[in-house]
Amino acid sequence: MPLPYLPNTDADRSAMWREIGVSSADELFQDVPAKFRNVQFKLPPPLSELELKEELRQLSNRNANLDDYVCFLGAGYYRHFIPSVVGHVTGRSEFYTAYTPYQAEVSQGTLQATYEYQSLVCQLTGMEVSNAGMYDGSTAAAEAALMACRITERNKVAALSTINPRYREVIDTYVSGHDIPVEKVEPNRKDFSSECACLIIQQPNFFGYFEDLEAYTRKAHDTGALLIVIADPISLGMFKPPGNYGADIVVAEGQALGNPISFGGPGLGIFTCRKEYLRLMPGRIVGKTVDINSQPGYVLTMATREQHIRRERATSNICTNEALVALATTVYLATLGKSGLRQVAELCYHKAHYAANAVGKRKGYSLVFQQPFFKEFVVRCPVAPRQINEVLFQEKIIGGLDLSYLIDNSMLFCVTELNTKQDIDQLVEILGAL
Amino acid sequence: MRHHYLLPDISQPGKIGCRLPSLDVAPTELPPKELLRQELDLPEVSEVELVRYFTFLSKLNYGVDTGFYPLGSCTMKYNPKWHEDIAKLPGLTSIHPYQSIDSVQGALQLMFELQEYLAEITGMNVTSLAPMAGAQGELASILMVRAYHQARGDEVRRKILVPDSAHGTNPATAAMCGFGVNTVPSNGEGNLDLKKLEAMMNEGVAALTLTMPTTLGLFDPEIAEISRLVHERGGLLCGDGANLNSLLGKVKFGDLGFDCVQLNLHKTFSTPHGGGGPGSGPVCVKSNLADFLPSPLVIKNDKDYTFTSPAKSIGSLGASYGNFGVMVKAYAYIRSLGAEGLKEVSENAVTNANYLKEKLKAYYHLPYDRTCMHEVVFSGKQQKAKGVSTLDIAKRLIDYGFHPPTIYFPLVVEEALMIEPTETESKKTLDAFIEAMREIAKEADENPEILHTAPHNTPVRRLDEVSAARKPNLRWELK
Repeated sequence: MPLPYLPNTDADRSAMWREIGVSSADELFQDVPAKFRNVQFKLPPPLSELELKEELRQLSNRNANLDDYVCFLGAGYYRHFIPSVVGHVTGRSEFYTAYTPYQAEVSQGTLQATYEYQSLVCQLTGMEVSNAGMYDGSTAAAEAALMACRITERNKVAALSTINPRYREVIDTYVSGHDIPVEKVEPNRKDFSSECACLIIQQPNFFGYFEDLEAYTRKAHDTGALLIVIADPISLGMFKPPGNYGADIVVAEGQALGNPISFGGPGLGIFTCRKEYLRLMPGRIVGKTVDINSQPGYVLTMATREQHIRRERATSNICTNEALVALATTVYLATLGKSGLRQVAELCYHKAHYAANAVGKRKGYSLVFQQPFFKEFVVRCPVAPRQINEVLFQEKIIGGLDLSYLIDNSMLFCVTELNTKQDIDQLVEILGAL
Repeated sequence: MRHHYLLPDISQPGKIGCRLPSLDVAPTELPPKELLRQELDLPEVSEVELVRYFTFLSKLNYGVDTGFYPLGSCTMKYNPKWHEDIAKLPGLTSIHPYQSIDSVQGALQLMFELQEYLAEITGMNVTSLAPMAGAQGELASILMVRAYHQARGDEVRRKILVPDSAHGTNPATAAMCGFGVNTVPSNGEGNLDLKKLEAMMNEGVAALTLTMPTTLGLFDPEIAEISRLVHERGGLLCGDGANLNSLLGKVKFGDLGFDCVQLNLHKTFSTPHGGGGPGSGPVCVKSNLADFLPSPLVIKNDKDYTFTSPAKSIGSLGASYGNFGVMVKAYAYIRSLGAEGLKEVSENAVTNANYLKEKLKAYYHLPYDRTCMHEVVFSGKQQKAKGVSTLDIAKRLIDYGFHPPTIYFPLVVEEALMIEPTETESKKTLDAFIEAMREIAKEADENPEILHTAPHNTPVRRLDEVSAARKPNLRWELK
């Protein structure tokens, strides 16, 4: 039976083979030694559109999806409201069926949108320049560490122990090729060895509370190290951006800005830095220029940093990134704009504090940290978080992240604008009854 | 002349593109003022203006849905729309990577089965879906090579061999993993120079990275000998699976002697390229490298699925499990085609490329006149001799309504034009493209000026890339 994606008929194929001078497709594989050709492939039999849609609908129903459950889980991936506009723009196939804009004259849509993206994320982080994006927040942090080593010509990295442990693991993987040690800096001890290329800090940190960014910036700069901040982009709707503290590189997971969680991928690694480091930055960059008629237009620029030109001397091996996610982020930021993003941040802030306050008042529950926080907080519980989450799940609630492996009987809750007062009250009530 | 404007140009105080609910709990006191930001200088735009702006931008783009997009090495095939719909099922998009494993068994099943299918398609033993793009898959491969040799106490292997025709990501990846790079030349037929390989393959070499078919679109018939040379001297053979589209259901990487291969699900297995991602770059390995795979893998127990980390894993490559959204589309693609369908994909891709080769070789120099696989690489050197560059040819194709092929790559071909038609193009489309290429060859003789000034009907004309790099303007500022 013909396949809908393959437009050639048998007659077309025969005509083409005749032109080529062969009698079958098989003859075109003559360079493959015979013993390697036409081996057995054991795959399930093909299914029609109708059958496979139904099968995958059933498979997807075996996942507890957050549209049906109330979610208090964050820890790096956040459920925020996504205005319909975002999907309608990214759903335009002129955007999503194009590739990397190598041919600028027929790619101005992608290029100009990327220029908008770079501008918007710089405005948000308070930094001077941005690239077109990395794979996710963790790889952006890891590439930032490598970039700091290039800039300072030092071969050691320091990271606060309060950064997301998953990010820490990815940084470890990325620096392992060069045997770069990663020093763990405990929060009560602001010291780290003076030969480090950078200090990596998360703001607000993995546990949800704000670090003394000013003190850490000073400390890093005093030793000649760069300050790398992993930011929460939604928090930047109301909190002072890292750029204002003097950060050198600011990275972030961009998923929260208009993208579904999607089981953790695709995400988007936001990567911004100070202008003086531009030429050592990884990833694609779009610049504005003019055409032969002096009309404004956009191109991929400073490609001499990149692998396809510089090969083993490139600033990174990154090629394909997360362009469509960056487009969604661009549309999200433009849709909410100045007042909308602030409002989202404030809704998160007030609701999270309402929740923390209410949970903290329940017998046996207490907040582990007293520092100011944004939308996530750690609660010490009277029973094992695992048990709590099982009970919550029965009530169609996805509870917080079990942190028992780090802090006894504690869990990290996240509250966003999607959690209603009713959701929060229900959570508190169930917790109190345990 | 087109109307050029940016978001700040349509921003006006007081506008918003989306209304949010008001606060339904008692407000809390704000944190100390020094933590708060004073200004948030983002644009303010209404919904309708925003939609018109982005619709306007979309129309400046050329995608696979617009027309023929023979960008060599990128496999710009048409991707079924219904796979997009499947990938948007709430049970697949609205799930959190850290929710309990019991509550995402559907997702784990899909990942497990995809791991198995990819292992079967490549003839390898184990697959990790963790890498988020082909280049990250390469990173995983080379870090595994490093860990493998280290685990055997073999610390002297500090070099990776890379063919001169390789993608830039190959040497860049080797360098990122702390290896030196030695370039192996190709011979007159476009194959790897075996004599040179033999001379270079010593005990300082950790691995050879090889794209198969090569970036010249050719299958190296000496692959078994290459594998023997590399392995005999203690090296590993790493595959770059960028060109897997020509081997589906026909040939297995595992049979050819590869120890690992990284795939590009977005190229071969049906994910629209998104203007440059998201992609997905799984790595498939033989048993000798399985313990080193990036974390996590999905395994099947008696009655359910769970995540595991290989014993000597190189570690994590991202904060979750890879680009799940892309995996869903690849899964749908494999399930909808089956083994026979995949085989037809490759046969059609290879037929289309060879047809273009035959019909165009009288007009453009063909550096390697032999059967090609899924793509064909021409050289524009005959035209160059008349003052017409490959860039001119590419730009002129835009006037004829086609996206240009990849140009100036691979580096081993002078004035390269790398054409990959893919299996989703009809003979009619190919004939129209052939006609345009022949016209352009004629124009190069008779009216070269029209090529130098091309393209003529695009939203912008050729852009000044030199001043873009010299005086970077990378953003607007709004205050």
